[in-house]
Amino acid sequence: MSRALALRLEPYLYAAPSLLLIAAIMLVPLVTGLSYAFHDLILLDPLSGDFVGLDHFREMLDDDGFWTALRNTVVWTAVSVALQFGFGLILALLLDRPFPGRGLVQALVFLPWAVPGFLSGLTWAWLFNPVIGPLPHWLHGLGLLATPENILSDPHLALWGPIAANVWWGIPFFAITLLAALQSIPKDIYEAAAMDGAGPLLRFRRVTLPLLAPTIAITVMLRTVWVANFAELIVVMTKGGPADATQILSSYIFTLAFQRLDFGYASAVAAVLLVLLLAYAAAVMVLRHAMTERA
Amino acid sequence: MNKTATHIIGARLLHALALAAFVAFALFPLFWLLKVSLTPDDLMYGEGVRLWPSRVTLDHYGSVLRHSQFPLFFRNSLIVSAATGLLATAAASAAGYAFSRFRFRGKAWVMGVMLVSQMFPLVIIVAPIFRLLSPLGLTNSLSGLVVVYTAFNTPFAAFLMQSFFEAIPKDLEEAAMMDGATRFQALRRVILPLTLPGLAATGGFVFTAAWSELLFSLMLNSSAAVSTFPAGLLGFVSKFSVDFGQMMAAGVLALLPVGAFFLLIQRYLVQGLTAGAVKG
Amino acid sequence: MATITLSNLSKDYGGGPVLRGIDLEIREGEFVALMGPSGCGKSTLLRLIAGLEEPSGGEIRIDGRRVNEVAPKDRDLAMVFQSYALYPHMTVRENMSFALKQRRLPQAEITRAVEGAAAKLGLTNLLERKPKALSGGQRQRVAMGRAIVRNPKAFLFDEPLSNLDARLREQMRYEIRKLHRELGATSVYVTHDQVEAMTMADRIVALNDGAIQQVGAPQELYDQPANLFVAGFLGSPPMNFVDATLAPDGALVAEGQTLARVSPPAGLAAGTTLTLGLRPERLALTDPTKGSAVRVDVVETTGTGRVVHLALGPQRLKLFTMDPRPLAPGDVVGLVVPPGAPLLFDPVSGARLS
Repeated sequence: MSRALALRLEPYLYAAPSLLLIAAIMLVPLVTGLSYAFHDLILLDPLSGDFVGLDHFREMLDDDGFWTALRNTVVWTAVSVALQFGFGLILALLLDRPFPGRGLVQALVFLPWAVPGFLSGLTWAWLFNPVIGPLPHWLHGLGLLATPENILSDPHLALWGPIAANVWWGIPFFAITLLAALQSIPKDIYEAAAMDGAGPLLRFRRVTLPLLAPTIAITVMLRTVWVANFAELIVVMTKGGPADATQILSSYIFTLAFQRLDFGYASAVAAVLLVLLLAYAAAVMVLRHAMTERA
Repeated sequence: MNKTATHIIGARLLHALALAAFVAFALFPLFWLLKVSLTPDDLMYGEGVRLWPSRVTLDHYGSVLRHSQFPLFFRNSLIVSAATGLLATAAASAAGYAFSRFRFRGKAWVMGVMLVSQMFPLVIIVAPIFRLLSPLGLTNSLSGLVVVYTAFNTPFAAFLMQSFFEAIPKDLEEAAMMDGATRFQALRRVILPLTLPGLAATGGFVFTAAWSELLFSLMLNSSAAVSTFPAGLLGFVSKFSVDFGQMMAAGVLALLPVGAFFLLIQRYLVQGLTAGAVKG
Repeated sequence: MATITLSNLSKDYGGGPVLRGIDLEIREGEFVALMGPSGCGKSTLLRLIAGLEEPSGGEIRIDGRRVNEVAPKDRDLAMVFQSYALYPHMTVRENMSFALKQRRLPQAEITRAVEGAAAKLGLTNLLERKPKALSGGQRQRVAMGRAIVRNPKAFLFDEPLSNLDARLREQMRYEIRKLHRELGATSVYVTHDQVEAMTMADRIVALNDGAIQQVGAPQELYDQPANLFVAGFLGSPPMNFVDATLAPDGALVAEGQTLARVSPPAGLAAGTTLTLGLRPERLALTDPTKGSAVRVDVVETTGTGRVVHLALGPQRLKLFTMDPRPLAPGDVVGLVVPPGAPLLFDPVSGARLS
């Protein structure tokens, strides 16, 4: 083999194992999964499997469960990400200045991130359980709950349970990311701004935020997509209930597929979710591009 | 002068208080998990919401370790997570190296595909993967989980490794290549030893992710002999949903390896994560 | 020791040529400097020779053998990097042994070679240290040691001194030159620093915009630059360029004053506009009545003498003098351009006319 050819092939050889694996285990199954969206596919039903075109999508329009889940997805994602981001940013700013014991504090506040998702779901479910958890009693004491009940069994409040777990679990992700970005801002920029008479707040608004903006845009985008897909907490804590009040699209897909065994319809809902997320991601990228162009 | 000093002390105090609040919030649920796991059954309901029980016991741990299948689940999870960590880190290092060091046709596409692979609801591929792995004998098997988890974790791990490679000057491997090494030898003898913290962070990250995965473990492996800890714990919870002490003892046990891993590597994640996430 | 021959070599990354039509023969044992401003392609040229980049066209031969398809590791060339590129996780000894181990030489031979090279560079006491524990100058020496221990066909230097402070740089210049004399190895040395190129090289290759401007001995480039680029790049303070007109009698007239007289080069019509190249140190001062009248603008003391900035109408000149006469800004003095001092350039093409 000639050296020129070998050199041209080299990068592909390095990337090949990952690519083959991802193609075989993720992309091909994704295409197969999407194709189910156009088939009547019910597990254990030998009569199913016919091509049904857009029937599932038409069905979706009249499916209250779908619309509830879509609404919940927006609330779940927006509230979770906003709180994770807000607290994550504050935490990152607190950790960005040196103080004795910073390494230990950093390790401790980032610890929830290492907790497996299902376990943080279980833990928070237990915290909300009035028998062994303190939260209902505290909320009652604060006057937020009329009686110390489990909010997870109240259709109007239940979604806040998984959101609380999600915020607790997701703050470290933002804090780690933003802290790393903060630490990459050269200190002399701050010194220059301070020399120019900018106080801490102004420095934050005029220096920190603009420099963090690209990182923020990408991280928030990736995280939003990820949180929207993240069904585990809901499945573990409420199973979508009570009475489907806490279903988000991804947990709804899970329920459709593995409790009703309706893979065709589940895949159609998943396809809609995928399209929504891709559109959202594309919009963010376009926006970010426009913003960096202008700057 | 005095006013400034008061000002500074006030700011420090505020800073410390705010951090203390974050630490408390981060640790409280874990503390509670530990507390309930140590509370004797007879005090469970009477002292359910006290901050610390009047008596503690290791009974729950004893019964979890002796009379349940958790040791088996633990072992399964350890095997799957360690194998996934090694394989995904190896594959991701190669890909991350290619992203960091080469310009090649289709690179943007390859990276785009890897990004998109992180964005879709994984639920949609459970059934296709089951159909793919079943004829190969990879369902109800630990190897099947390793294959699936490796694929899931490789993209992010590749971006993470890429950012660690970016931090190492190209000059070093060029020097090695001038010194008589092939690119691969240069990678093995010069670059990888310098990326050890990055490799550890990536491996730890993947280990944690594999250790935590529930959905596919539940769906691909139905036999208890090949259940991982998350699936086992969830099964336990739905079967014995009132035995809080044992459930939480099992939870604490599930937390130990990842918690320890995390405390070791979190420092390096701060270095690698942004770049990984941002470039991704 | 080897000859390196480049024929019609070019490199294009896809955004226009970085190097074009490079023809060069580097002789056995020769010390050649590739000199030019940043972005001129000198480092790319070195990397092509090293094999770290693939040429887009043309040929590279080492000792007559075509090496375009030969991997860097098989070219038997040693390179000293600007960053030194010392392996941070290895001691000095391991750094210097790396190439020899790669060749699977017997351990005893490796030890002998490493210790020999270390002694030559004064690194004997540092052999067990890691690069982190070395000063900049010591790191530079280790980088040199890593190269010489291999006894390669040729040394490639990529701006090896640019991270050192001025004093160390001067000392290393001398040491590299001395090493070259001892080893007699073919060396290619990339630099943007004209002093390094002038003081170290047997021959200088002046590069600009990806093309060779001139090849020759340092003094030759200094005295007979092929064009404005080479003329302006060498020398500190740099050569003055003055717009002048050639009178029929050979007088060179600028701003209404005759600066010098030349026997007009053949084919150059009277009235032609020329660019006059004047080395600052070849100009002299006199009374305003005896030379061309110029006004003193700024006087800089260098210690060995003074650099005097002069205004000739709207044009500016620099002059280096050891003349102790008092000078103050605003003074009008006489400028003397000795015969033979002016170089004539075509103002459009930049080529020297003579």
